[in-house]
Amino acid sequence: MADMTGTPRDTFRLSQLLYDARYRSMTIQVIAAMLLMLSLAWLVDNTVQNLAALGKDFSFRFLWTTAGYDINQQIIPFSSQDTHARAALVGILNTLLVAFMGCILATVIGVLAGVLRLSKNFVVAGIMTFYVEAMRNTPLLIWILIVFAVMTEATPQPRDFREGGGASMILWDSVAISNRGVFVPKPLWGEGSGLVVAVFLLSIAAIFILRRVARKRQEQTGEQLPVFRLSLALFFIPALLAFFVMGQPITLEMPELGGFNFVGGIQIRNSLIALWLALSLYTSAFIAEIVRSGILAVSRGQTEAAFALGMQPNRTMQLVILPQALRVIIPPLISQFLNLTKNSSLALAVGYMDVRSTLGGITINQTGREIEGILLLGTFYLIVSLIISSAMNYYNSSVKLKER
Amino acid sequence: MKKSIFLGTLAVAGLAAGLASAQTLADVQARGSLKCGSNEGLAGFAFPDANGNMQGFDVALCRAIAAATLGDAQAVEFVPLTSQTRFTALAAGEVDVLVRNSTWTFTRDNDLGLDFVGVNYYDGQGFMVRKDLGVSSARELDGATVCIQTGTTTELNLADFFRVNAISYEPVPVATNAEGQQQYLAGACDVYTTDISGLAATRATFENAGDHVILPEVVSKEPLGPVVRHGDNAWGDIVRWTLFALLAAEEHEITSANVREIASAATDNPEINRMLGTEGELGQKLGLSSDWIVNVISSVGNYGEIFEAYIGENTPVGLARGLNAQWTNGGLMYAMPFN
Ligand SMILES: N[C@@H](CCC(=O)N[C@@H](CS)C(=O)NCC(=O)O)C(=O)O
Repeated sequence: MADMTGTPRDTFRLSQLLYDARYRSMTIQVIAAMLLMLSLAWLVDNTVQNLAALGKDFSFRFLWTTAGYDINQQIIPFSSQDTHARAALVGILNTLLVAFMGCILATVIGVLAGVLRLSKNFVVAGIMTFYVEAMRNTPLLIWILIVFAVMTEATPQPRDFREGGGASMILWDSVAISNRGVFVPKPLWGEGSGLVVAVFLLSIAAIFILRRVARKRQEQTGEQLPVFRLSLALFFIPALLAFFVMGQPITLEMPELGGFNFVGGIQIRNSLIALWLALSLYTSAFIAEIVRSGILAVSRGQTEAAFALGMQPNRTMQLVILPQALRVIIPPLISQFLNLTKNSSLALAVGYMDVRSTLGGITINQTGREIEGILLLGTFYLIVSLIISSAMNYYNSSVKLKER
Repeated sequence: MKKSIFLGTLAVAGLAAGLASAQTLADVQARGSLKCGSNEGLAGFAFPDANGNMQGFDVALCRAIAAATLGDAQAVEFVPLTSQTRFTALAAGEVDVLVRNSTWTFTRDNDLGLDFVGVNYYDGQGFMVRKDLGVSSARELDGATVCIQTGTTTELNLADFFRVNAISYEPVPVATNAEGQQQYLAGACDVYTTDISGLAATRATFENAGDHVILPEVVSKEPLGPVVRHGDNAWGDIVRWTLFALLAAEEHEITSANVREIASAATDNPEINRMLGTEGELGQKLGLSSDWIVNVISSVGNYGEIFEAYIGENTPVGLARGLNAQWTNGGLMYAMPFN
């Protein structure tokens, strides 16, 4: 056969798979993949065999049977006659609640601590360094237990609030801090309160519009509107007006002692508070470091240039440094939010009924469906993590350098 | 070629898994010790003594099984398990037998891939409150905060009791008995609920045990007993008949003090002879030595001795025999005949 290129083609020999650099990496990868598949197959098969030896099958039908247990913190109504699936949902909502609250508080504390750690004031910077190191270098579980122990041991029991018990409610008898949780007034939505809420939401929208108008105006004329004071007025005045015009439709139900415990109001359980505070404090230490490194990553020349233009330090931070620092901050921040969400599964340590405690705890225990339950649990955390990171990635791409 | 390796591996793995499940006795004897799933610490039932040796009513059954299978009641490795982890640990083969205040229920026997082989304590669920709350019946507990160990039968009974009586409560889940005790004593819950034996045992460790009462209502049946994995019937038989041996020994008044003497020569009671190996070969049929029951009774005593030593009326736990008396005394303890 005529060979157009003129170079003789070698015949392929099997040993080339190992000795020929062109093929070697391919060979290794194929072998590694086969070994991986084999061990996976072995794991699955072993599990199936062992389940069969124990007389167990693999099925998710248990989700639709009666749960039989009660859950104290319910965002949606739940009774022991509901299904395991609903119990899992109640747990999921509790997980999301503490994760959401935790991410917000952790960010607030973290940004504060990060900025303050850069303070020129020696004492402030020192305290913040101590805070960050103490939080970062002790296990989270210990913080959860410490906060919980303080909440149960250092606060009075509900019965101490009785006559002569030595404890009393705070804020004009509206809030009780007890070792079963904090009891706060509960809003009762009377007739016409929908309108008040609508007015309030509209004024929030108005605040956003105001800010946009103000920015446009500044860009065009250079004139600055008193945005902050106007926003404050918009926030309070229309809603309060509507409230009184409608005849005060929203009232408060105060917590009161009755029987064994406080009745009425909203009970924020100690388990939620302990888990929330501990998760937030712990994660905030990592966020503080991220914020600090983000700010330090913006070159000093930027600050000097802004000062040279006559900008005040506050505005320099707000308009020059932070927008640039954000680009460095966001990606690692995402992983802190993911960590916080997954760490919330330590909830059982304080008896907080998150999804790990309901689906991954009591349900598995009552039904014996370990593999199914843990699979569902893993899938849930995976989905939540993917959602959080895609939302944050979206935000990240909106603040990152736009190449034009 | 790829396919045949794959199938070969599957077959080997399958065989290994199949073999592993059906030879607990051989595993125990090869290891030279019994792995017993036990409590993390419950006065009277499972607790370390001053020398760090595990002692207690449930512990004694573990030691009896070790004496029967290995001839040495000390050859036990205790694995402390929480109520949530116990059944998984047993199913996964981390322990050979579980003796941990565990209630025999339909679901556990059938859905969890486990087998209950007997009852060593007939119990029921109760409620403990502070005396000064002035509560005299569980029906007065409307609105109370109740501490409850998760992963127990008591969780379901509690929900049922309050629902049926149309009263409300706030459950506070705790992971271990120690945590429940701490929360209860701190007043974070008004009521602690679990098996009455567990309440009595927990109360026995309080500084002022007299300030707490166990309410009269018994809201469930809690037959507590040893558990093994489903599928190894020979091992299940060994555990079951070790328990029966403890009971039968009490019935025949064979004690740790007199067992060796009775076993030294055949008596005129054929059942005693068969038990102690002076007649027939019952031990061999279980794959054990012929003096297996002699070993058991001489090292841990009979059921009555164990009861009185750890949880009886002369101990701090102070439980009466009640349902746990021999059938000849109006109780439910009844060993099947050694024939
Ligand atoms: N019998 C019930 C409850 C068993 C249980 O967990 N009992 C408690 C108190 S009686 C216990 O042993 N706790 C000891 C510990 O947590 O270490 C069951 O099997 O679910």
